[in-house]
Amino acid sequence: MSSIQDANSIILRTEHLGRSVHDKLLIQDANFELRAGEVLAITGPSGSGKTSLLRLLNRLDEPTSGTVLVEGVDYRSIEPRELRRKLGMVTQRPYLFPGTVADNLRFGPAQRGETLGPEAIKELLAQVGLKDYAGRDVANLSGGEAQRVSVARTLANSPLVLLLDEPTSALDEAAKLEVESAIQKVMGKQGLTCVVVTHDIVQAARLAKQALVLESGRIVRAGSVEEVLRA
Amino acid sequence: MLRLWFHSQLQLGLAQALVAALAALAVVLLARRRNIHLEGETVIAMVRGLVQIVAVGSILVLLLRAPRWTSAFLLAGMIVAAGATSARRAKGMPGAFHVSAWAIAFGAGSIIALMTSMGVIDTAITSLVPVGSMLIANAMNTNGLALNRFRSDVLAHAGEIETALALGAEARNSVSPYVQASFEASLIPAIDSMRSLGIVWIPGLMAGMLLSGARPVYAAIYQFVVLAMIFAASGLTSLISTLLIRSRVFSSAEQLLLQPGR
Repeated sequence: MSSIQDANSIILRTEHLGRSVHDKLLIQDANFELRAGEVLAITGPSGSGKTSLLRLLNRLDEPTSGTVLVEGVDYRSIEPRELRRKLGMVTQRPYLFPGTVADNLRFGPAQRGETLGPEAIKELLAQVGLKDYAGRDVANLSGGEAQRVSVARTLANSPLVLLLDEPTSALDEAAKLEVESAIQKVMGKQGLTCVVVTHDIVQAARLAKQALVLESGRIVRAGSVEEVLRA
Repeated sequence: MLRLWFHSQLQLGLAQALVAALAALAVVLLARRRNIHLEGETVIAMVRGLVQIVAVGSILVLLLRAPRWTSAFLLAGMIVAAGATSARRAKGMPGAFHVSAWAIAFGAGSIIALMTSMGVIDTAITSLVPVGSMLIANAMNTNGLALNRFRSDVLAHAGEIETALALGAEARNSVSPYVQASFEASLIPAIDSMRSLGIVWIPGLMAGMLLSGARPVYAAIYQFVVLAMIFAASGLTSLISTLLIRSRVFSSAEQLLLQPGR
């Protein structure tokens, strides 16, 4: 995370962000910021609120306190569909829609009335190591391939920030490395700003430069990956 | 056999009701052996049903000499009760009662009004109330099926729906496959009833008309008329309820409110 001195490049900032459901606090007073090109890992034990925090970031759930600023703008003033396009999310399970890989990649742009051309599809698939998969039926993909298609599908919306919710937790070791390598390639090539939720601290160290640790919905440590994970 | 023991019509009716109820309870006991517990719900439904139909029968006797416009009040009351009954099939869905009541009111109500104005349903209380109640009851069942299926589909596919939302889809588009599936599934009984008319079953209304001396061909045609009206009323109700309910499962910020475990 960054100091406030370089405020112009801050893409995402949470201010006292919190959510409680039926008097149970899921997230409490979360404050952090993310500059362009940074990769932030959110770690913590199961049930600590990692996914809850990520869902608040693209407003799949409503905060009960605080807010999120996207490029300095309160995200409640951004139309939800536009906000979710800007803060693209890759879920733990890929949830591909029935049809071909290309159909899935075209889904996001089609919601705005745009058509994703064959060249753009090819390029996106090449980024995740699935160059010739455009015409494949998603029913015939392996778990790792499906997750890479899910990453490419989110990238097809040209997001400002990529939110990854435990993208490899449901995969075996080989598929995990494939997906992780695809994510690293995307991050490196596009210099994309990312938030990665992971319970795997070794993976957090491989993917991110910054990290924060959640416990019972509270941020208990934050800083560079080395500092945070060593503590 | 019962006719040998019971000579008054009331006693015979109660004995017949008891035997039919015992058959229904036997099925409930069989289900219980397979760990499917329907006892409470079935007993309450049967007692309620018997009390209600006897009450309505008694009211109808009183209403035989009432002005025709009183039918509208009776049917309106039935619509409200039907809305409350079918809304119970949509546990946890925000606004299920309002959606059900409006959908049945517009769906069944408009078909009753249209058919009455065209002379297909007679305006006499003894005709309008029973035929109207058939349309309302079937619309209620269809609505309950539609909402129940929609609820199950949304809960089972919350991940897919939120994925579509996260990719920038409009809330209503993210649930459109489930709206369509609910609508189609809810109309299966109405379509099957029409398809099997006369072959698998001869409905009570036709049997009643024959017993009261109507010409068999007219009784048969009118039965088709009733089933076609039931299909129209049920289809319109389901169409309206599935369209109304789809926006109720989202917040104003297009967040899915109906989630497993919430």
